[in-house]
Amino acid sequence: MAVVKLFGAWLSPYVYKVIWALKLKGIPYEYIEEDLSNKSPLLLQYNPIHKKVPVLVHDGKPIYESTVILRYIDEIWPQNPLLPANPYDRAVALFWIKFADDKNPIIAKLYQTEGEEQQAVVNEWLEMLEAMEEHALIGGKKFFGGDEINMVDIAFCMVAHWLGVFEDTAGLKVFEPHKFPQVSSWIQNFKSVPIIKDNLPDTDKIVAYLKRRKEMLLTSKSN
Amino acid sequence: MAEEVVLLDFWPSPFGMRSRIALAEKGIKYEHKEEDLRNKSALLLQMNPVHKKIPVLIHNGKPVCESLIQVQYIDEVWHDKAPLLPSDPYQKATARFWADYVDKKIYEVGGRVWKTKGEKQATAKKELIETLKLLEKELGDKPYFGGESLGYVDVAFIPFYSWFYALEKCGNFSIEAECPKLIAWAKRCMQKESVAKSLPDQQKVYDFILEMKKHFGIE
Repeated sequence: MAVVKLFGAWLSPYVYKVIWALKLKGIPYEYIEEDLSNKSPLLLQYNPIHKKVPVLVHDGKPIYESTVILRYIDEIWPQNPLLPANPYDRAVALFWIKFADDKNPIIAKLYQTEGEEQQAVVNEWLEMLEAMEEHALIGGKKFFGGDEINMVDIAFCMVAHWLGVFEDTAGLKVFEPHKFPQVSSWIQNFKSVPIIKDNLPDTDKIVAYLKRRKEMLLTSKSN
Repeated sequence: MAEEVVLLDFWPSPFGMRSRIALAEKGIKYEHKEEDLRNKSALLLQMNPVHKKIPVLIHNGKPVCESLIQVQYIDEVWHDKAPLLPSDPYQKATARFWADYVDKKIYEVGGRVWKTKGEKQATAKKELIETLKLLEKELGDKPYFGGESLGYVDVAFIPFYSWFYALEKCGNFSIEAECPKLIAWAKRCMQKESVAKSLPDQQKVYDFILEMKKHFGIE
Protein backbone atom coordinates (compact mmCIF):
# COMPACT_ATOMS: atom_id res chain seq x y z
CA MET A 1 0.00 0.00 0.00
CA ALA A 2 1.24 3.45 -0.83
CA VAL A 3 2.54 5.38 2.12
CA VAL A 4 1.47 8.95 2.74
CA LYS A 5 3.59 11.17 4.98
CA LEU A 6 2.90 14.74 5.98
CA PHE A 7 5.60 17.05 7.31
CA GLY A 8 3.96 19.82 9.29
CA ALA A 9 4.08 22.31 12.14
CA TRP A 10 1.42 22.47 14.84
CA LEU A 11 0.38 26.06 14.34
CA SER A 12 0.50 26.42 10.57
CA PRO A 13 -2.82 26.99 8.79
CA TYR A 14 -1.20 25.68 5.59
CA VAL A 15 -0.56 22.34 7.28
CA TYR A 16 -4.13 22.13 8.59
CA LYS A 17 -5.47 22.60 5.07
CA VAL A 18 -3.73 19.36 4.10
CA ILE A 19 -4.78 17.53 7.29
CA TRP A 20 -8.43 18.40 6.66
CA ALA A 21 -8.24 17.30 3.02
CA LEU A 22 -6.70 13.94 3.95
CA LYS A 23 -9.27 13.36 6.71
CA LEU A 24 -12.22 14.39 4.52
CA LYS A 25 -11.14 11.72 2.06
CA GLY A 26 -10.36 9.15 4.74
CA ILE A 27 -6.69 8.81 3.78
CA PRO A 28 -4.42 7.39 6.48
CA TYR A 29 -1.12 9.21 6.83
CA GLU A 30 1.93 9.48 9.02
CA TYR A 31 2.41 12.93 10.52
CA ILE A 32 5.90 14.27 11.22
CA GLU A 33 6.12 17.40 13.35
CA GLU A 34 8.88 19.78 12.28
CA ASP A 35 10.64 22.23 14.55
CA LEU A 36 10.68 25.25 12.23
CA SER A 37 13.67 26.76 14.01
CA ASN A 38 15.61 23.55 13.43
CA LYS A 39 14.39 21.92 10.23
CA SER A 40 15.14 18.27 9.68
CA PRO A 41 17.54 17.16 6.91
CA LEU A 42 14.68 15.12 5.48
CA LEU A 43 12.45 18.19 5.08
CA LEU A 44 15.26 20.14 3.44
CA GLN A 45 15.86 17.23 1.09
CA TYR A 46 12.20 16.98 0.13
CA ASN A 47 11.63 20.73 -0.26
CA PRO A 48 15.00 22.24 -1.16
CA ILE A 49 13.52 25.26 -2.92
CA HIS A 50 11.29 26.75 -0.24
CA LYS A 51 12.32 24.62 2.78
CA LYS A 52 8.80 24.96 4.20
CA VAL A 53 5.95 22.90 5.56
CA PRO A 54 3.62 21.37 4.57
CA VAL A 55 5.28 18.71 2.45
CA LEU A 56 3.27 15.67 1.41
CA VAL A 57 5.26 12.60 0.47
CA HIS A 58 3.31 10.01 -1.51
CA ASP A 59 5.07 6.87 -2.64
CA GLY A 60 8.36 8.55 -1.79
CA LYS A 61 7.61 11.54 -4.06
CA PRO A 62 7.39 14.99 -2.43
CA ILE A 63 4.75 17.59 -3.21
CA TYR A 64 4.79 21.08 -1.68
CA GLU A 65 2.81 24.33 -1.66
CA SER A 66 -0.47 23.68 0.13
CA THR A 67 -2.80 24.36 -2.83
CA VAL A 68 -0.69 22.18 -5.15
CA ILE A 69 -0.89 19.44 -2.49
CA LEU A 70 -4.66 19.81 -2.14
CA ARG A 71 -5.21 19.56 -5.90
CA TYR A 72 -2.97 16.49 -6.04
CA ILE A 73 -4.90 14.84 -3.18
CA ASP A 74 -8.20 15.64 -4.91
CA GLU A 75 -7.01 14.01 -8.13
CA ILE A 76 -5.45 10.88 -6.64
CA TRP A 77 -8.37 10.23 -4.25
CA PRO A 78 -11.54 11.41 -6.03
CA GLN A 79 -14.00 10.48 -3.23
CA ASN A 80 -15.60 13.52 -1.54
CA PRO A 81 -14.43 15.87 -4.29
CA LEU A 82 -13.00 19.20 -3.14
CA LEU A 83 -13.54 21.04 -6.43
CA PRO A 84 -16.59 21.33 -8.71
CA ALA A 85 -16.69 18.95 -11.67
CA ASN A 86 -17.85 21.58 -14.17
CA PRO A 87 -14.87 23.48 -15.69
CA TYR A 88 -16.45 26.92 -15.30
CA ASP A 89 -17.46 26.37 -11.67
CA ARG A 90 -13.99 24.99 -11.04
CA ALA A 91 -12.42 28.12 -12.56
CA VAL A 92 -14.50 30.27 -10.20
CA ALA A 93 -13.49 28.13 -7.21
CA LEU A 94 -9.82 28.38 -8.22
CA PHE A 95 -10.17 32.17 -8.48
CA TRP A 96 -11.28 32.37 -4.82
CA ILE A 97 -8.62 29.91 -3.71
CA LYS A 98 -5.96 32.08 -5.38
CA PHE A 99 -7.51 35.17 -3.81
CA ALA A 100 -7.20 33.63 -0.34
CA ASP A 101 -3.72 32.24 -1.07
CA ASP A 102 -2.43 35.64 -2.21
CA LYS A 103 -3.84 37.41 0.87
CA ASN A 104 -2.71 34.89 3.50
CA PRO A 105 1.01 35.84 3.78
CA ILE A 106 0.09 39.53 4.02
CA ILE A 107 -2.66 39.23 6.61
CA ALA A 108 -0.49 37.06 8.84
CA LYS A 109 1.64 40.17 9.43
CA LEU A 110 -1.08 41.72 11.63
CA TYR A 111 0.80 40.94 14.84
CA GLN A 112 4.28 41.51 13.36
CA THR A 113 3.79 45.14 12.41
CA GLU A 114 3.08 48.46 14.05
CA GLY A 115 1.77 51.90 13.13
CA GLU A 116 1.34 52.65 9.45
CA GLU A 117 2.55 49.22 8.36
CA GLN A 118 -0.02 47.57 10.62
CA GLN A 119 -2.77 49.83 9.28
CA ALA A 120 -1.90 48.66 5.77
CA VAL A 121 -2.32 45.04 6.91
CA VAL A 122 -5.67 45.92 8.53
CA ASN A 123 -6.77 47.38 5.18
CA GLU A 124 -5.81 44.13 3.43
CA TRP A 125 -7.94 42.20 5.92
CA LEU A 126 -10.92 44.50 5.37
CA GLU A 127 -10.55 44.22 1.59
CA MET A 128 -10.56 40.44 1.90
CA LEU A 129 -13.63 40.39 4.16
CA GLU A 130 -15.50 42.82 1.89
CA ALA A 131 -14.76 40.73 -1.20
CA MET A 132 -15.94 37.59 0.59
CA GLU A 133 -19.11 39.31 1.80
CA GLU A 134 -20.00 41.00 -1.48
CA HIS A 135 -18.81 38.61 -4.14
CA ALA A 136 -17.92 35.19 -2.85
CA LEU A 137 -20.68 34.17 -0.48
CA ILE A 138 -23.56 34.94 -2.78
CA GLY A 139 -26.98 33.37 -2.53
CA GLY A 140 -26.77 32.74 1.21
CA LYS A 141 -24.85 29.50 0.72
CA LYS A 142 -23.89 27.58 3.84
CA PHE A 143 -20.39 26.96 2.49
CA PHE A 144 -18.43 28.06 -0.56
CA GLY A 145 -18.81 24.44 -1.63
CA GLY A 146 -22.61 24.55 -1.26
CA ASP A 147 -23.94 22.11 1.33
CA GLU A 148 -20.54 20.61 2.03
CA ILE A 149 -17.17 22.31 2.47
CA ASN A 150 -14.74 22.26 -0.40
CA MET A 151 -11.27 23.56 -1.24
CA VAL A 152 -12.47 27.20 -1.22
CA ASP A 153 -13.75 26.92 2.36
CA ILE A 154 -10.45 25.32 3.34
CA ALA A 155 -8.51 28.10 1.58
CA PHE A 156 -10.22 30.75 3.73
CA CYS A 157 -9.31 28.98 7.00
CA MET A 158 -7.20 31.92 8.20
CA VAL A 159 -10.34 34.03 8.32
CA ALA A 160 -12.20 31.30 10.21
CA HIS A 161 -9.66 30.56 12.91
CA TRP A 162 -6.34 32.40 12.70
CA LEU A 163 -7.84 35.90 12.45
CA GLY A 164 -8.97 35.69 16.07
CA VAL A 165 -5.50 34.47 17.03
CA PHE A 166 -3.76 37.37 15.25
CA GLU A 167 -6.20 39.88 16.74
CA ASP A 168 -5.50 38.60 20.27
CA THR A 169 -1.75 38.65 19.68
CA ALA A 170 -1.82 42.16 18.21
CA GLY A 171 -4.36 43.43 20.76
CA LEU A 172 -6.45 44.74 17.90
CA LYS A 173 -10.00 44.12 16.71
CA VAL A 174 -10.36 43.94 12.94
CA PHE A 175 -13.42 41.76 12.37
CA GLU A 176 -16.78 43.24 13.37
CA PRO A 177 -19.36 40.45 12.85
CA HIS A 178 -22.31 42.82 12.32
CA LYS A 179 -20.50 44.41 9.37
CA PHE A 180 -19.93 41.03 7.71
CA PRO A 181 -23.03 38.90 8.41
CA GLN A 182 -22.46 36.37 5.60
CA VAL A 183 -18.83 35.85 6.60
CA SER A 184 -19.88 35.46 10.27
CA SER A 185 -22.39 32.73 9.39
CA TRP A 186 -19.83 31.02 7.22
CA ILE A 187 -17.23 31.03 10.04
CA GLN A 188 -19.70 29.42 12.43
CA ASN A 189 -20.76 26.83 9.84
CA PHE A 190 -17.16 26.04 8.91
CA LYS A 191 -16.01 25.56 12.49
CA SER A 192 -19.01 23.29 13.21
CA VAL A 193 -17.97 20.74 10.61
CA PRO A 194 -16.76 17.78 12.73
CA ILE A 195 -13.47 17.24 10.87
CA ILE A 196 -12.64 20.93 11.22
CA LYS A 197 -13.85 21.24 14.82
CA ASP A 198 -11.82 18.22 15.91
CA ASN A 199 -8.70 19.36 14.11
CA LEU A 200 -7.94 22.92 15.06
CA PRO A 201 -4.90 24.09 17.01
CA ASP A 202 -5.50 25.47 20.49
CA THR A 203 -5.88 29.25 20.20
CA ASP A 204 -4.44 30.04 23.64
CA LYS A 205 -1.35 28.02 22.81
CA ILE A 206 -0.82 29.83 19.50
CA VAL A 207 -1.43 33.27 21.00
CA ALA A 208 1.12 32.59 23.76
CA TYR A 209 3.65 31.39 21.17
CA LEU A 210 3.04 34.33 18.78
CA LYS A 211 3.25 36.86 21.62
CA ARG A 212 6.70 35.50 22.49
CA ARG A 213 7.69 35.75 18.81
CA LYS A 214 6.34 39.30 18.61
CA GLU A 215 8.43 40.26 21.66
CA MET A 216 11.54 38.80 20.05
CA LEU A 217 10.83 40.63 16.79
CA LEU A 218 10.29 43.98 18.49
CA THR A 219 13.35 43.53 20.68
CA SER A 220 15.56 42.73 17.70
CA LYS A 221 14.15 45.77 15.81
CA SER A 222 15.01 48.20 18.60
CA ASN A 223 18.51 46.80 19.13
CA MET B 1 -24.37 26.94 -30.06
CA ALA B 2 -21.55 29.02 -31.45
CA GLU B 3 -18.76 29.51 -28.94
CA GLU B 4 -18.20 33.15 -28.10
CA VAL B 5 -14.78 33.92 -26.69
CA VAL B 6 -13.58 37.39 -25.77
CA LEU B 7 -10.24 38.33 -24.20
CA LEU B 8 -9.91 41.65 -22.37
CA ASP B 9 -6.22 42.40 -22.61
CA PHE B 10 -3.37 44.93 -22.58
CA TRP B 11 -0.64 44.37 -25.13
CA PRO B 12 2.52 44.41 -22.86
CA SER B 13 0.94 42.28 -20.13
CA PRO B 14 2.79 38.95 -19.73
CA PHE B 15 -0.37 37.64 -18.10
CA GLY B 16 -2.48 38.50 -21.15
CA MET B 17 0.14 36.84 -23.34
CA ARG B 18 -0.36 33.54 -21.52
CA SER B 19 -4.02 33.39 -22.51
CA ARG B 20 -3.24 34.52 -26.06
CA ILE B 21 -0.79 31.63 -26.43
CA ALA B 22 -3.21 29.07 -24.96
CA LEU B 23 -6.02 30.20 -27.27
CA ALA B 24 -3.68 30.11 -30.28
CA GLU B 25 -2.35 26.66 -29.39
CA LYS B 26 -5.90 25.35 -29.40
CA GLY B 27 -6.85 27.21 -32.58
CA ILE B 28 -9.71 29.05 -30.87
CA LYS B 29 -11.22 32.05 -32.63
CA TYR B 30 -11.79 34.92 -30.25
CA GLU B 31 -12.40 38.63 -30.07
CA HIS B 32 -9.42 40.52 -28.69
CA LYS B 33 -10.32 43.72 -26.84
CA GLU B 34 -7.49 46.07 -25.91
CA GLU B 35 -8.07 47.92 -22.62
CA ASP B 36 -6.81 51.37 -21.69
CA LEU B 37 -5.78 50.73 -18.09
CA ARG B 38 -6.05 54.41 -17.21
CA ASN B 39 -9.67 54.33 -18.38
CA LYS B 40 -11.01 50.83 -17.79
CA SER B 41 -14.10 49.81 -19.72
CA ALA B 42 -17.45 49.17 -18.04
CA LEU B 43 -17.18 45.61 -19.33
CA LEU B 44 -13.88 45.01 -17.53
CA LEU B 45 -15.19 46.44 -14.26
CA GLN B 46 -18.30 44.29 -14.57
CA MET B 47 -16.43 41.09 -15.49
CA ASN B 48 -13.67 41.43 -12.87
CA PRO B 49 -15.23 43.44 -10.03
CA VAL B 50 -12.84 42.08 -7.39
CA HIS B 51 -9.50 43.01 -8.99
CA LYS B 52 -10.54 45.14 -12.00
CA LYS B 53 -7.54 43.70 -13.87
CA ILE B 54 -6.77 42.16 -17.21
CA PRO B 55 -6.68 39.62 -18.67
CA VAL B 56 -10.29 38.51 -18.45
CA LEU B 57 -11.47 35.61 -20.57
CA ILE B 58 -15.18 35.78 -21.33
CA HIS B 59 -16.62 32.49 -22.58
CA ASN B 60 -20.25 32.66 -23.70
CA GLY B 61 -20.73 35.71 -21.50
CA LYS B 62 -19.14 34.22 -18.37
CA PRO B 63 -15.86 35.63 -17.07
CA VAL B 64 -12.79 33.66 -16.04
CA CYS B 65 -10.20 35.79 -14.21
CA GLU B 66 -6.49 35.17 -13.43
CA SER B 67 -4.28 34.16 -16.34
CA LEU B 68 -3.16 30.72 -15.09
CA ILE B 69 -6.75 29.81 -14.26
CA GLN B 70 -7.68 30.88 -17.80
CA VAL B 71 -4.94 28.65 -19.27
CA GLN B 72 -6.17 25.68 -17.22
CA TYR B 73 -9.78 26.41 -18.20
CA ILE B 74 -8.89 26.65 -21.89
CA ASP B 75 -6.94 23.38 -21.58
CA GLU B 76 -9.94 21.63 -20.00
CA VAL B 77 -12.69 22.94 -22.25
CA TRP B 78 -10.74 22.48 -25.51
CA HIS B 79 -9.09 19.29 -24.39
CA ASP B 80 -8.92 17.49 -27.72
CA LYS B 81 -6.08 19.58 -29.12
CA ALA B 82 -2.57 20.48 -27.92
CA PRO B 83 -2.86 19.44 -24.24
CA LEU B 84 -0.92 21.81 -21.99
CA LEU B 85 -1.10 20.01 -18.65
CA PRO B 86 0.17 16.42 -18.29
CA SER B 87 -2.37 13.74 -17.41
CA ASP B 88 -0.26 12.14 -14.66
CA PRO B 89 -1.23 13.72 -11.29
CA TYR B 90 2.35 13.94 -9.99
CA GLN B 91 3.63 15.57 -13.18
CA LYS B 92 0.62 17.90 -13.04
CA ALA B 93 1.53 18.85 -9.46
CA THR B 94 5.11 19.55 -10.55
CA ALA B 95 3.89 21.73 -13.44
CA ARG B 96 1.55 23.65 -11.11
CA PHE B 97 4.35 24.19 -8.63
CA TRP B 98 6.69 25.68 -11.24
CA ALA B 99 4.00 27.86 -12.82
CA ASP B 100 3.19 29.12 -9.31
CA TYR B 101 6.93 29.76 -8.74
CA VAL B 102 7.13 31.82 -11.93
CA ASP B 103 4.04 33.73 -10.82
CA LYS B 104 5.42 34.54 -7.40
CA LYS B 105 8.93 35.49 -8.46
CA ILE B 106 9.47 36.78 -11.98
CA TYR B 107 7.02 39.69 -12.15
CA GLU B 108 7.89 41.07 -8.72
CA VAL B 109 11.66 40.67 -8.99
CA GLY B 110 11.70 41.80 -12.63
CA GLY B 111 9.67 44.83 -11.60
CA ARG B 112 12.32 45.80 -9.07
CA VAL B 113 15.00 45.60 -11.77
CA TRP B 114 13.43 48.39 -13.86
CA LYS B 115 11.89 50.38 -11.02
CA THR B 116 14.97 50.81 -8.82
CA LYS B 117 18.57 51.95 -8.99
CA GLY B 118 21.83 51.51 -7.11
CA GLU B 119 21.97 48.86 -4.41
CA LYS B 120 18.27 47.95 -4.62
CA GLN B 121 18.65 47.29 -8.34
CA ALA B 122 21.81 45.26 -7.79
CA THR B 123 19.94 43.08 -5.30
CA ALA B 124 17.02 42.69 -7.70
CA LYS B 125 19.31 41.67 -10.56
CA LYS B 126 21.02 39.08 -8.39
CA GLU B 127 17.66 37.67 -7.29
CA LEU B 128 16.38 37.57 -10.85
CA ILE B 129 19.42 35.65 -12.10
CA GLU B 130 19.11 33.19 -9.17
CA THR B 131 15.44 32.64 -10.02
CA LEU B 132 16.18 32.17 -13.72
CA LYS B 133 19.03 29.75 -12.96
CA LEU B 134 16.69 27.64 -10.83
CA LEU B 135 14.22 27.50 -13.70
CA GLU B 136 17.04 26.67 -16.10
CA LYS B 137 17.98 23.77 -13.82
CA GLU B 138 14.39 22.52 -13.82
CA LEU B 139 14.32 22.67 -17.62
CA GLY B 140 17.45 20.50 -17.79
CA ASP B 141 17.96 18.93 -21.19
CA LYS B 142 14.30 18.93 -22.16
CA PRO B 143 13.34 21.01 -25.20
CA TYR B 144 10.40 22.46 -23.24
CA PHE B 145 9.35 22.47 -19.59
CA GLY B 146 6.43 20.38 -20.84
CA GLY B 147 8.83 17.79 -22.31
CA GLU B 148 8.68 17.25 -26.06
CA SER B 149 6.01 19.86 -26.61
CA LEU B 150 4.95 23.24 -25.22
CA GLY B 151 3.26 22.83 -21.84
CA TYR B 152 1.72 24.71 -18.97
CA VAL B 153 4.98 25.99 -17.48
CA ASP B 154 6.26 27.10 -20.90
CA VAL B 155 3.03 29.11 -21.43
CA ALA B 156 3.30 30.57 -17.91
CA PHE B 157 6.92 31.63 -18.32
CA ILE B 158 7.65 32.50 -21.99
CA PRO B 159 5.74 35.84 -21.94
CA PHE B 160 8.39 37.28 -19.62
CA TYR B 161 10.96 36.74 -22.38
CA SER B 162 9.42 39.72 -24.20
CA TRP B 163 10.51 41.84 -21.21
CA PHE B 164 14.12 40.56 -21.04
CA TYR B 165 15.58 43.14 -23.42
CA ALA B 166 13.98 45.96 -21.41
CA LEU B 167 15.27 44.50 -18.13
CA GLU B 168 18.76 44.05 -19.58
CA LYS B 169 18.90 47.66 -20.78
CA CYS B 170 17.54 49.03 -17.49
CA GLY B 171 19.85 46.88 -15.41
CA ASN B 172 22.84 46.93 -17.72
CA PHE B 173 23.38 43.17 -17.72
CA SER B 174 23.01 40.16 -19.99
CA ILE B 175 20.59 37.38 -19.15
CA GLU B 176 21.95 35.20 -21.96
CA ALA B 177 25.45 35.35 -20.48
CA GLU B 178 24.12 33.97 -17.19
CA CYS B 179 21.45 31.59 -18.50
CA PRO B 180 22.29 30.49 -22.04
CA LYS B 181 20.14 27.35 -21.93
CA LEU B 182 17.13 29.38 -20.87
CA ILE B 183 17.57 31.79 -23.79
CA ALA B 184 17.90 28.80 -26.12
CA TRP B 185 14.58 27.52 -24.74
CA ALA B 186 12.98 30.93 -25.23
CA LYS B 187 14.12 31.13 -28.86
CA ARG B 188 12.80 27.62 -29.40
CA CYS B 189 9.39 28.71 -28.07
CA MET B 190 9.45 31.79 -30.29
CA GLN B 191 9.66 29.51 -33.33
CA LYS B 192 6.11 28.43 -32.58
CA GLU B 193 3.48 30.54 -34.30
CA SER B 194 1.25 30.60 -31.22
CA VAL B 195 4.04 32.18 -29.19
CA ALA B 196 5.51 34.48 -31.86
CA LYS B 197 2.08 35.97 -32.58
CA SER B 198 1.27 36.46 -28.90
CA LEU B 199 4.42 38.24 -27.73
CA PRO B 200 5.07 41.90 -28.53
CA ASP B 201 8.31 43.15 -30.02
CA GLN B 202 11.01 43.53 -27.34
CA GLN B 203 11.95 47.05 -28.44
CA LYS B 204 8.31 48.09 -28.16
CA VAL B 205 8.23 46.73 -24.60
CA TYR B 206 11.41 48.66 -23.78
CA ASP B 207 9.88 51.89 -25.10
CA PHE B 208 6.82 51.19 -22.96
CA ILE B 209 8.99 50.68 -19.86
CA LEU B 210 10.82 53.95 -20.53
CA GLU B 211 7.47 55.72 -20.71
CA MET B 212 6.40 54.12 -17.43
CA LYS B 213 9.66 55.20 -15.80
CA LYS B 214 9.06 58.78 -16.90
CA HIS B 215 5.47 58.62 -15.71
CA PHE B 216 6.48 57.37 -12.26
CA GLY B 217 9.46 59.69 -12.02
CA ILE B 218 12.04 56.89 -11.99
CA GLU B 219 15.29 57.88 -13.59
